[in-house]
Amino acid sequence: MKKIIVYSIVGLATALSGCKKDSDFLDIPPVQVLPSETVFSDPALILSVLGDLYNRQVDFSSLDGGWRTFADFSESFPSENGSDFLVTRSGWGYGEWGTWDYGYIRDLNLFLQRMDATEVSTKITAGDKARFLAEGRFLRANYYFEMVKRMGGVPLIIEPMQYDYKGDPTYLQRPRAKEAEIYDFVISEAEEIKNDLPANLADKSRATKAAALAMESRAALYAGSIAKYGATTPTVSLSTGEVGIAASQANGYYTIALRAANEIIDQSAGTVSLYRALPDLEENFAAIFLDKSSVNQESIFIEDFKAFAGKTHGFTTNDQPYSRSDEGGDAGRLNPSLNLVEQFELLNGTFAPLPIGTSASRIAYNNQEDLFAGRDARLRGTILVPGAYFKSGQLKIKAGEITSAGTIVTTDASGGSLVGTDGPVNGLEFRTQTGFYIRKWLDPQTGSGRRGRGSDVAFIRYRFGEVLLNAAEAAFELGQPAVAAGFMNQVRERAGITTPLTAADINFDRIVHERRVELAFEGHILFDYKRWRIADKVWNGDATSYSDIINNLGKATAKSTQPWGLWPYRVQDGANAGKWIYIETKPSRVTGVNRFQLGNYYSAIGDDIRAANPTIVRQPNQ
Amino acid sequence: MNKYGLFLLGVLAFASCKKDNYDAPSSQLTGRVVYQGEQLGFEQNQVTFELYQSGFGKTGPMGSTFKQDGTLNALLFNGTYKMIVPNGQGPFIWPKTASGAPDSLVINVNGSQSIDINVTPYYMIRNLQINGSSSTVTAKFDLEQIATGADAKEVEEVALFVNKTDFVSNSGDHKMREQKKPASDFPGLTNISLNAEVPSVTPAQNYMFVRVGVKIDGVEDWLYSQVQKITY
Repeated sequence: MKKIIVYSIVGLATALSGCKKDSDFLDIPPVQVLPSETVFSDPALILSVLGDLYNRQVDFSSLDGGWRTFADFSESFPSENGSDFLVTRSGWGYGEWGTWDYGYIRDLNLFLQRMDATEVSTKITAGDKARFLAEGRFLRANYYFEMVKRMGGVPLIIEPMQYDYKGDPTYLQRPRAKEAEIYDFVISEAEEIKNDLPANLADKSRATKAAALAMESRAALYAGSIAKYGATTPTVSLSTGEVGIAASQANGYYTIALRAANEIIDQSAGTVSLYRALPDLEENFAAIFLDKSSVNQESIFIEDFKAFAGKTHGFTTNDQPYSRSDEGGDAGRLNPSLNLVEQFELLNGTFAPLPIGTSASRIAYNNQEDLFAGRDARLRGTILVPGAYFKSGQLKIKAGEITSAGTIVTTDASGGSLVGTDGPVNGLEFRTQTGFYIRKWLDPQTGSGRRGRGSDVAFIRYRFGEVLLNAAEAAFELGQPAVAAGFMNQVRERAGITTPLTAADINFDRIVHERRVELAFEGHILFDYKRWRIADKVWNGDATSYSDIINNLGKATAKSTQPWGLWPYRVQDGANAGKWIYIETKPSRVTGVNRFQLGNYYSAIGDDIRAANPTIVRQPNQ
Repeated sequence: MNKYGLFLLGVLAFASCKKDNYDAPSSQLTGRVVYQGEQLGFEQNQVTFELYQSGFGKTGPMGSTFKQDGTLNALLFNGTYKMIVPNGQGPFIWPKTASGAPDSLVINVNGSQSIDINVTPYYMIRNLQINGSSSTVTAKFDLEQIATGADAKEVEEVALFVNKTDFVSNSGDHKMREQKKPASDFPGLTNISLNAEVPSVTPAQNYMFVRVGVKIDGVEDWLYSQVQKITY
């Protein structure tokens, strides 16, 4: 009897528990994911979605993208044995630098669609909504700008596309837009969103009015120069406009670039100014990239990092001078080249090669750093030269000793009595092999060079110095050299150059040179040289000699296909005993020659992409 | 392990012996790029061609490059292929369709075969004489303009390249010595004379590889003569 009762209870319980309605049973709110109605009802949750979209921005050079994103193009030598392909190869593949992340575009489009839904307005304030929408559109425009720089015109997709699972995806296949249309999109988006974004720079990690305008001015400048200089490489274009912009549009774009830059310069997008916090101009220039406080009114839009909070990068670990390394042998990878060092002018604004003498008679210096005295402050603000200090210790860069008769005495091991701890020795990785270390972005904070702690120096994507140079270039191209000189002189005066440029001094070479020295290692050189269509002339595949470097200072199209170094030696005897001489040296690992082919101007679109979407036309010259 | 176990293992082992895959491609297609029967010279791995075979879903190219003597070599399955040279490749004119896309050349592969790909180069190197000693190499040649009318292009420069291996071209590591002359130095395109020093190399060798090249204005790929070995 007892059994019967027990069985009936169990039986009943089982039977009745199945009596729930199917819809109730299956429709359980998820506990691991937040449904979009929930997310888009709370500003804090929306911000966390946006945070992910901010994190996925694509930069060419970036501190968390690895030191190698700053190397290449003969502006530096890679002192890591696994990376010597940068200087042993003889050019770049056509696919190099490509980006095609329509997954990111789709996520941005979905964000904007959900954000724009009417019911969102009932949950959050109109001001918040407008700002979030503007930020999403800023990120989307910024990524389209990144794509058009690398790929030319790409399919312009501004709504989330949905597949209907009917077996025919052709209605989703969009052809490439014209290159000009993508630039127009970036410019018009920036114009439309700028007033929904804060007109101050309190939070530089998020989009601001100034960031939108800086993006607009850079994009318009790129479009203008492609229109103007595209004429010098007529084969780098497609008749249907996916690559190349009509020359007649150049002035229109330059006008936009100048207007957008002027809007920042006249402070209507918040207080911005060149950084001038420190009296020592070299320290001051280095501090632009280190100072994250409100004193720094130069940086406009940054990728920020935070130590001990999970977002750090290894740039300092990878590139700190070997003798000052926080992490044993982990150091010294990015060595600026002599090609770049020679480009820095004397303080009076003239070009002069570093006076090292000739192989027959070398000039001897009492102190290593004397050779670099009296130069543009950006030289020692960007680069650690022999004799410089880092973290209050003097670098030990010494290639060996030399007798008064000219015999070099050296060894293959660093750190002994002959060769400095910091190198240089050919092929000895993690020490300089050019005689120079990078200073820009290098964190002097104690412990920042350790792998565990990492550095939290922020990467500056847009800064006021560049905005001024954008304005200068646009003004020059619009036939206003006096205006251009005014903008350029602000940047140059901050670098300690005493003689201002006059309107007559401004020419194309000047514009190119100023961007090269001011914006070195900030991820500009490839895109600048591409848009001016001089990449195939500067990286022309012919070996670079020392005389090529010193005889063509400040020339836009002077070739720079192999990185050179400058090695210091201590004189052993004779009248100059104890003094230092310098010998120009091409590191022995430099066996390749950079050759930029016409097919490199626009990165190849993969065969898989073109097979999946036959409306995509291929790039020219590939 | 008992008998049944062994038997089962044997069955399993042999059961997987059925052929379940295609044979590797075995038809060898060789070809050379010619103008009136004369092979053109390129830089190794610089002039691209693409083969397409349709009927297998997505259309993607099998991309490859010509060798420096102007030949190609591919192992293929039997079938019908279409070959193109992408726009902007090669120092010659490849036919185009009305829309500007490269026209395709149909190749029926049925067993190994050799084809001649006829193209119209902008120029041809004629009457080439290369003489070398242990100190210098000299080259004399004429240029004949082939493409005329709307397709005609000017010569930008000519050059003589010397290398210790038989890869010789304008590429950085394919030349040890070179002499380049701009087109303005030789009006009429005849009796062009170039000379270059013979470098000393370690280990010593008594031969060098030499070729001359022509850079045509607005065309990225140089046109080369065939590589010649000089022994001294």
